[in-house]
Amino acid sequence: MKTSKSIYLFFLPGLFLYAIFFVYPTISALFYSFTDWDGLSSSFQFVGIENYERAFTGDTIFRKTIGNNLKFMLVVVVFQTIVALAFALIVLKNTKTTIFLRALYFFPTILSSVSVAFIWSFIYDPSLGILNQLLELIGLEFLAQNWLGNANIAIYSLAITQIWFHAGQMLIIFVAGLQAIPEELYEVAKIEGASKWQTFRNVTWPLLAPSATIVVAYTTIQSFKAFDLVFAMTGGGPNNSTEIVATYIFDIAFRSYQFGYASAISVIFMVIIAVITYLQFKVLRSNRISY
Amino acid sequence: MFFRRFSLTIYALLILIPLLIVVLTSLKTIQETFRNPLGWPESGFQFENYSSIFQEQTMAGYFLNSVIVTLFSVSLTLFFASLIGYGITRLNNWIGNLVFILFTLGMMVPAQVSMVPLYSLMLDFGLTNSLLGLILVNIATTLPIAVFILTGFMKTLPKELFEASTIDGAGNWKIYTKVAIPLSLPSLSATAIFLFVMHWNDLLYPLLFITDNAYKTLPLALLEFQGEYSTNYPMLFTGVIIASAPMVIAYVFLQRYFVAGMTAGAIK
Repeated sequence: MKTSKSIYLFFLPGLFLYAIFFVYPTISALFYSFTDWDGLSSSFQFVGIENYERAFTGDTIFRKTIGNNLKFMLVVVVFQTIVALAFALIVLKNTKTTIFLRALYFFPTILSSVSVAFIWSFIYDPSLGILNQLLELIGLEFLAQNWLGNANIAIYSLAITQIWFHAGQMLIIFVAGLQAIPEELYEVAKIEGASKWQTFRNVTWPLLAPSATIVVAYTTIQSFKAFDLVFAMTGGGPNNSTEIVATYIFDIAFRSYQFGYASAISVIFMVIIAVITYLQFKVLRSNRISY
Repeated sequence: MFFRRFSLTIYALLILIPLLIVVLTSLKTIQETFRNPLGWPESGFQFENYSSIFQEQTMAGYFLNSVIVTLFSVSLTLFFASLIGYGITRLNNWIGNLVFILFTLGMMVPAQVSMVPLYSLMLDFGLTNSLLGLILVNIATTLPIAVFILTGFMKTLPKELFEASTIDGAGNWKIYTKVAIPLSLPSLSATAIFLFVMHWNDLLYPLLFITDNAYKTLPLALLEFQGEYSTNYPMLFTGVIIASAPMVIAYVFLQRYFVAGMTAGAIK
């Protein structure tokens, strides 16, 4: 049945704001990426692909930034997914205890990144922090560190914080996915005498693939967007060792006023995220079996 | 069994201990924190940090700004997104699909991509140092996810309901308010919570657009305490507690909805 033409009016307010404050700036990032605009003056020159050339060949910090971002992403995606899945399997059944524990594990997700950054800066504090004191207590004081001040490990310290922050959220997604698996399949597996591992491998895992796809894709994007956390905890330091693409764009644009160059990096950033997301969907989809 | 219990307890402690440290530290003086950073406050709970943070900072102002920005951003995003969701569901043709695709593509674009041109746009419009500016940008950036969730939900509603109302002579606005919205309440409430957490905690846009203290929201104010108080953790954690209080209180009472809401975007 046809609905009246007035229906198009329903799109107007949303489309209007979306076009002005989202679509237009995103597209103009592409435009500015071919200029030398400083963001302040009214005139700028077209410089062709110079900004892109600089990003790919001349800019060693940018290369380092991409590396940091990939390290951060890998650690977070691998460990957060394992932690979330392992604990989801334990708190799967609905009892008073598991419902409480799920709520507790989920709790950090509702905090702001700035709050989480402060909490973990204190934990990592070389003299006041609980981490070093704990290591000392159990006789491992040689492992005590300046967790955020040591350029070799700071990015991993940030990754651990990110996992603490968001593992609970992923756990809940896994629980929802696991609870949707029909009980009968497990009963059949039991009757057929399947081992725990066989049941996981042949029943749980294939049916879990959709939630796993979501978790991995979501975690990847989250780890690229971890701007707030990095900005508040280390500001990209020491010595650019925790600079990720998002904080680097901010620095180039708003600290050294190279809007044209920052736009070029933004465009590259968008392409990287699109490619990674696409690849993940492809790989994880091919794993999928439907019953 | 023992191993399971043990792991569950360790994970629970990993969440609880840091939170306990935050609360205890906010109840200590700075001197005691340096002497006894992790222990129970020796001379009882000190509430001075709470009174001095309200004296030294315009906390009430930051709090109010956060409330205004969050309330308007959440309600208007929900309103506009539900209109779009209803439109797409009723149209059910290529134009509707195009609108849907246009918004879902937006979910893939990280905010940092558009922040540079967005900044100059906001300057041109005179929308920096303005709560209205923050609200407009918040709406535009969260519409994609809200449209995605709400359209997904509305498409599952039985078509006959809308069609019956059309036969009865009801216009689109009436069907939207009397049929679509009441039936979409579960999805609307989940999306609302998702948006609440996002907007209440947002740092990037205030950081970009607000320099005047009068318009700062809590996360930005909190970030700047770091410059002011440096390693005065008792003060920082007092700020953390005040800034998180509304979310924590809401979480305690609406836990089920929070869990549904914060995963709605991912599960749908």
